[in-house]
Amino acid sequence: MQTIYTDVLVIGAGLAGERAAIEAGQAGLSAICLSLVPARRSHSSAAQGGMQAALGNSAMGEGDSPDVHFEDTVKGSDWGCDQEVARLFADSAPIEMRRLAHWGVPWNRVVPGKSKYFKGGKEFEKVEKDENRGLITARAFGGTAKWRTCYVSDGTGHSVLFTVDNRCAQLGVEVHDKTEAIALIHDAGVCYGAVVRCLKTGELRVYLSKATMIATGGFGRIYPNTTNAVVCDGGGHIAAINTGAVPMGNMEAVQFHPTGIVPTDILVTEGCRGDGGTLLDVNEERFMHIYEPEKAELASRDVVSRWMTHHIREGKGVKSPYGDHLWLDIRHLGEKHITGKLREVYEICTSFLGVDPIHQLIPVRPTQHYSMGGVRTNKDGAAYGLKGLFSAGEAACWDMHGFNRLGGNSLAETVVAGGIVGRKIVEYVKGAEVSFNSSVIDAAVAAQRQRISDLTGGAKGKENVYAVRAAMQDSLNRGANIFRNDADLKTCVAELQEVLGRARKVGLASDGLGANPELAAALKIEGQVKMALMVAYGALQRTESRGSHNREDYTARNDRDWLKRTLAYWKNPGDDLPTLEYEPASSVLDLPPGYRGYGKMDIIPMEGQEAEKPAEGASGKKSAEKGDK
Amino acid sequence: MARLLKFNIFRYNPQNPESVPHMDEFVLEETDSMTLFIALNRIREEKDSSLQFDFCCRAGICGSCGMVINGRPGLACHTKTKDLPSEITLLPLPVFRLVGDLSVDTGSWFREMYNKVESWVHTSKQFDPAAEEERMENDVAEAIYELDRCVECGCCVSACGTARMRDDFLGAVALNRVARFVIDPRDERTDKEYYEIVGNDNGIFGCMGLLACEDVCPKHLPLQDQLAFLRRKMGITAIKSLFSCKSCKK
Ligand SMILES: Cc1cc2nc3c(=O)[nH]c(=O)nc-3n(C[C@H](O)[C@H](O)[C@H](O)COP(=O)(O)OP(=O)(O)OC[C@H]3O[C@@H](n4cnc5c(N)ncnc54)[C@H](O)[C@@H]3O)c2cc1C
Ligand code: SF4
Ligand code: SF4
Ligand code: FES
Repeated sequence: MQTIYTDVLVIGAGLAGERAAIEAGQAGLSAICLSLVPARRSHSSAAQGGMQAALGNSAMGEGDSPDVHFEDTVKGSDWGCDQEVARLFADSAPIEMRRLAHWGVPWNRVVPGKSKYFKGGKEFEKVEKDENRGLITARAFGGTAKWRTCYVSDGTGHSVLFTVDNRCAQLGVEVHDKTEAIALIHDAGVCYGAVVRCLKTGELRVYLSKATMIATGGFGRIYPNTTNAVVCDGGGHIAAINTGAVPMGNMEAVQFHPTGIVPTDILVTEGCRGDGGTLLDVNEERFMHIYEPEKAELASRDVVSRWMTHHIREGKGVKSPYGDHLWLDIRHLGEKHITGKLREVYEICTSFLGVDPIHQLIPVRPTQHYSMGGVRTNKDGAAYGLKGLFSAGEAACWDMHGFNRLGGNSLAETVVAGGIVGRKIVEYVKGAEVSFNSSVIDAAVAAQRQRISDLTGGAKGKENVYAVRAAMQDSLNRGANIFRNDADLKTCVAELQEVLGRARKVGLASDGLGANPELAAALKIEGQVKMALMVAYGALQRTESRGSHNREDYTARNDRDWLKRTLAYWKNPGDDLPTLEYEPASSVLDLPPGYRGYGKMDIIPMEGQEAEKPAEGASGKKSAEKGDK
Repeated sequence: MARLLKFNIFRYNPQNPESVPHMDEFVLEETDSMTLFIALNRIREEKDSSLQFDFCCRAGICGSCGMVINGRPGLACHTKTKDLPSEITLLPLPVFRLVGDLSVDTGSWFREMYNKVESWVHTSKQFDPAAEEERMENDVAEAIYELDRCVECGCCVSACGTARMRDDFLGAVALNRVARFVIDPRDERTDKEYYEIVGNDNGIFGCMGLLACEDVCPKHLPLQDQLAFLRRKMGITAIKSLFSCKSCKK
């Protein structure tokens, strides 16, 4: 068996992982990134909209500053975030965007002079200043106080990831693609690397490192319907959970997006509704105005998703072989608008659905989109529970997103956090002397070999991994979706516990040889069910509504009792429930809890805090949660 | 009644000594809006759990799912079954090393390619975190992005006669990559330096100009224009170096 030594092992080669590896490479350390797919196929490449940074170069961004960005982020989080981290993030984002420009990102730039833009379906004019010609420009991204989202046409994630991967190649940072970390190696509270399965040959390898980082992105694939890539399956989280020592933060905070297309849940932009598209039910009738007379389709992301789900539950969904859905109607916007301003939507509809949105309705449903929760770290990106383990990006709960992240803040987080955490890793490695205990390594490998032979030999049972996965997804989808309540969550937890039992009895139908995909699925199914339980059980305990976490039976945001973060541990491998602990959401409250300016308004204030009344007409304001993509 | 689709799929697991390359047949009932992504996953989950293939974004963005679909390289995730006859033949992309069944190793090929062409901005400038960003015209930024759109799916390489005959041929994708840096004002490489990378039979002079690459590119990159652009530029450089005229050196 091959053993590979490196100073820094980064599990994940998306933007967060590669950005951190660059810091190690620049400091003269050796760094290896692992990835399930070639680095450039990581999910970061799918982000089209852009990334937020308060550069303030464009006319509509004038007067922007990290302070304004900080405020938007904290409000967006529904005060669930760590404010120190949000501050660090907002301050660093502009420098990171400039650095990316230096490395080769072809950011769109300010073009001086008059130009038109649309808002709420109406046309307006703006004038860009001559003196800002050629600086990085920005686009509007729902509800943020300023135009702050830097972009590269409609391929921001793609272009930034290619540039960052180029930089890795230049520095000699290695990327081992088609490799999967299946367990962390750790002893007495220190992490030493990972046991890894090669997805080309099926062989096991050991990677030993002074510092290890989890940058494996989101875990949307534990839901049946998600905008996430098929590799966003929580592998990194599972490795951390299985140590028993590392907690996951706020796993119940899951963001849903209203318009994933059916059947494949690919995202179509909120711009459709922003520009005047409507949602229709099985009778081809509008319904959003019944529920939200004022804002209708233009209510915020979480609110629209909630009403769509409600309407489907009322039996007004359209039946399809892929489950019930609703329609998005943009026909009235006309051909010119659709093939111009909504070109992407046009292309997605024609190439994936065979639907021509100029003349036909688009099948849509609310879809899992982003995981705010993840490996809990401190502000340096160091994971709780194990020395030498770090995490950043969507995989981490660094926690600048709290209970709801803003569009454009995630991609920016990957490079900002990647940079900050990367530098902390360098500091750590330079001060660390590591000795590897060979019996610990042998035991870790033996345990994985045993799991594999149990699965291929069917020693524990003959449950079909795909059936178990479907049962988990279905249960989570029914119980811990957009709406949550005590009864459904209790059922969900009980069902998932039963599914956990089945997951422990999976056996392969095929031979398991080589890069066998069934084995890959089987190796992570038990961990996935554990994650699903963390989501559902955490949601059951959290008796309030905050951001994306919406309890029908506890509709108020309860700052008195719940201004805190859930930490979910899986203390013993044989447990059938996670152990939950709590910590304050933020040690500093630069921006004291108050009204967000949109969405729900019931707030139970903290001790000693006045209930703040929303300003007159404030509920009519546009959502700050618009516009990913 | 929906169509019954017959899939003929290439099977071979190099890690199994007993495996021999062959075709397997699977039959599925077609559903609405079915894509090859949906079909292949159903085959794996319902009929043969060992079937290997690659999807990632399943949205036509990441380039993972290149394969030969009824004789033509393309992205499987955005291929709808309703655009295909009821008999569908799927083969792995040629040129790349086979991992198993429909899965190939594009990662190693592309990593080697971008090491060869040094696919990064070559600059002597240091980044100054306190300074304003260096300015660029928006038109230039957009032109660079037009060439930066390649998703490294490998379809063009698989369709290329030269690449199939010669292991070391860089392919249209690499030449497009070079062109992307040639037009980037941040990159300080000279024509002569580019010539050393692509001015030979493995590069621009090996191309037969038969256009197969551009025809199959799912991103519709203007590969022919880039090949012509480099050929002209490199031709001039070649002549210059032939006469090794001092004043012609850049
Ligand atoms: C459709 C869509 C559009 C979006 N648009 C925007 C946008 O416009 N703006 C914005 O701010 N955000 C957007 N987001 C969110 C944003 O794209 C992601 O949150 C972000 O890119 C995550 O980056 P990452 O580096 O954390 O992880 P990823 O880019 O997902 O990378 C994860 C890496 O980990 C690897 N990996 C996973 N498991 C393992 C394992 N077990 N072993 C080894 N390697 C492993 C993967 O191969 C991959 O390399 C969008 C998200 C979606 C789904
Ligand atoms: S034009 Fe050149 S690069 Fe393109 S397929 Fe033909 S030989 Fe290959
Ligand atoms: S140039 Fe086109 S066909 Fe070739 S790898 Fe890039 S996207 Fe694929
Ligand atoms: S799976 Fe990403 S392009 Fe097909």
